[in-house]
Amino acid sequence: MDFPTINPKAQQFDAEVLSNKRVGSYNHMVFSVDEIASYARPGNFVAISVGGPGTSMVLRRAFAIYRATVKPDGQGLLELVIAPFGNGSTWLANRQVGDLVNMVAPLGTAFGIPTEPVRALLVGGGYGSAPLFALAEVLKARGCRVDMVLGASSAAKIYAPLEGKRSVSSLTITTDDGSAGTHGRVSDVIPGIIASSNIEIIYSCGPMAMLSAITNISKERGIMHQCSVEESMACGIGVCMTCVLPVEGEDGVVRMTRTCIDGPVMDGSKVIWTKSREIPDGVWGK
Amino acid sequence: MTFDFSTAMAGARFSNPILTASGCAGSGKELSQFFPLSELGAIVTKSIMVKPRSGRATPRMAETPSGMLNSIGLQGPGIDQFLENDIPWLKEQGVKIVISIAGESVEDYAVLARKVRGVAGITALEVNISCPNVENRGQVFACNPTTAREAISAVRRNIGGEVPIIAKLTPDVTDITEIAREVVDAGADGLALINTLLGMVIDTNTMFPKLSQKTGGLSGPAIRPVAVRAIYQVHAALPDTPILGMGGVASGRDAFELVLAGASAVSVGTATFGNPAAAMVIKQELEEICIQRGFVNFRDAIGFAHRAEGGDGE
Repeated sequence: MDFPTINPKAQQFDAEVLSNKRVGSYNHMVFSVDEIASYARPGNFVAISVGGPGTSMVLRRAFAIYRATVKPDGQGLLELVIAPFGNGSTWLANRQVGDLVNMVAPLGTAFGIPTEPVRALLVGGGYGSAPLFALAEVLKARGCRVDMVLGASSAAKIYAPLEGKRSVSSLTITTDDGSAGTHGRVSDVIPGIIASSNIEIIYSCGPMAMLSAITNISKERGIMHQCSVEESMACGIGVCMTCVLPVEGEDGVVRMTRTCIDGPVMDGSKVIWTKSREIPDGVWGK
Repeated sequence: MTFDFSTAMAGARFSNPILTASGCAGSGKELSQFFPLSELGAIVTKSIMVKPRSGRATPRMAETPSGMLNSIGLQGPGIDQFLENDIPWLKEQGVKIVISIAGESVEDYAVLARKVRGVAGITALEVNISCPNVENRGQVFACNPTTAREAISAVRRNIGGEVPIIAKLTPDVTDITEIAREVVDAGADGLALINTLLGMVIDTNTMFPKLSQKTGGLSGPAIRPVAVRAIYQVHAALPDTPILGMGGVASGRDAFELVLAGASAVSVGTATFGNPAAAMVIKQELEEICIQRGFVNFRDAIGFAHRAEGGDGE
């Protein structure tokens, strides 16, 4: 039996900050990364060392890749959207142009791209929208129709840059406080869009409760759902075993599965979504 | 004169003294993408149990100042699948292998030792009798001299004569030298010091413990002084028993500190989470420090902090 291991393209390297701009509640950062950019796929993530020499922060921070591009001169660009709420992400958001940060990238699984044109709905919660714009570009290039729903607690936490919206046929915004778009949650508007646009696949990224709610909607309607999960990680490279979720494997057995290796993009219907802080019954080895 | 970086523990020889720490190197395959595993003195595998184990529910991890709490709960496939899948691949890498085992009962340790006995090419056996992430703290064998002795005796009786036994102990005891004496008397050839310390973090937003199982093992540089103390005390008490030192080693300087305290080799654990290549960086730095400080043979540095004061050092 072969056992899963990390993204074979992953490397560890220092990346220079080329740009760092505040966008709403977030920072949009661009890094110079050489050929790594050509290996990154929508859904992949990076693990970044934070705090600098002598720091008390010993663990890497994981960020979804917003966009990876290679310029005509061969320079690779890797773009991230950072929400500076903890000490680590705040340290990163405070880096200046020209600073170096240590990265391991690209990591994890990518969103699966259908071979035939399909009607896709992309759903992002908060800065979970970040990896969806590059995905939208890829899907549009394949001839897919792309609808998008972005939800957040308030307007300032919606991340939807103008250039990102070019690949999207429709964009629906929801906010918990009604400060932008529809007053409510993404799950309130998704059924209507599925019906009106004849959606065949949902891609999502955001908080676990949102992904769980979308899984229920997609299961009821027999629609595929690929979600990028968010479980806290210590290493990002599969060695610490902290980022696990109960996931049903191809053999039908539910195992505690590393989301940094078999994820972050997973088949939502295979994840055992549970709010309780317990191992669900039936999990292998419980 | 060329520097001799090799070391030995209870008859097991290592080309250099930097090993991984159990539970911090995955299956080995993950780290092999960052450096050839054969560059390690040895890989210490995750502590494997008799049966498949789901481990604990999430959250399993909380970062702490200069450290982290974990409560993985020994997630793993069980000894049979482990020996079938993980070990053959590791052997192909040309890296020395130290298998780590953990049991819930004395009988488990006997079963695990018998299984490992049948495997060729194993350099040493780490007997983890100190994992803090078990349901009942009473099950931490290394917290009690009697249970510590029973577990190690069971391994000794079942492993045969060739594979050295390294008993992994917890510093969460009143007198670690008492436990060390018991397990050495019961047949341990060496000691692994130290396992994580039991800790807790309370989330001040939710006002509940942050980890699902409330407590977890504290690791990282925060615990290094505890490791240095434990190694120093045990090396003083049992100078002929080799020690695999670990606990918050994040640099060559840190590894050197544990060696001075009495470690014959050093495991790198939590540092790997922050830097996949940590073991290689630490190995190179340690070699440079030893040479800088005038050691011709790494083994001369082991326990060097115990020398009589007023000596001229070298």
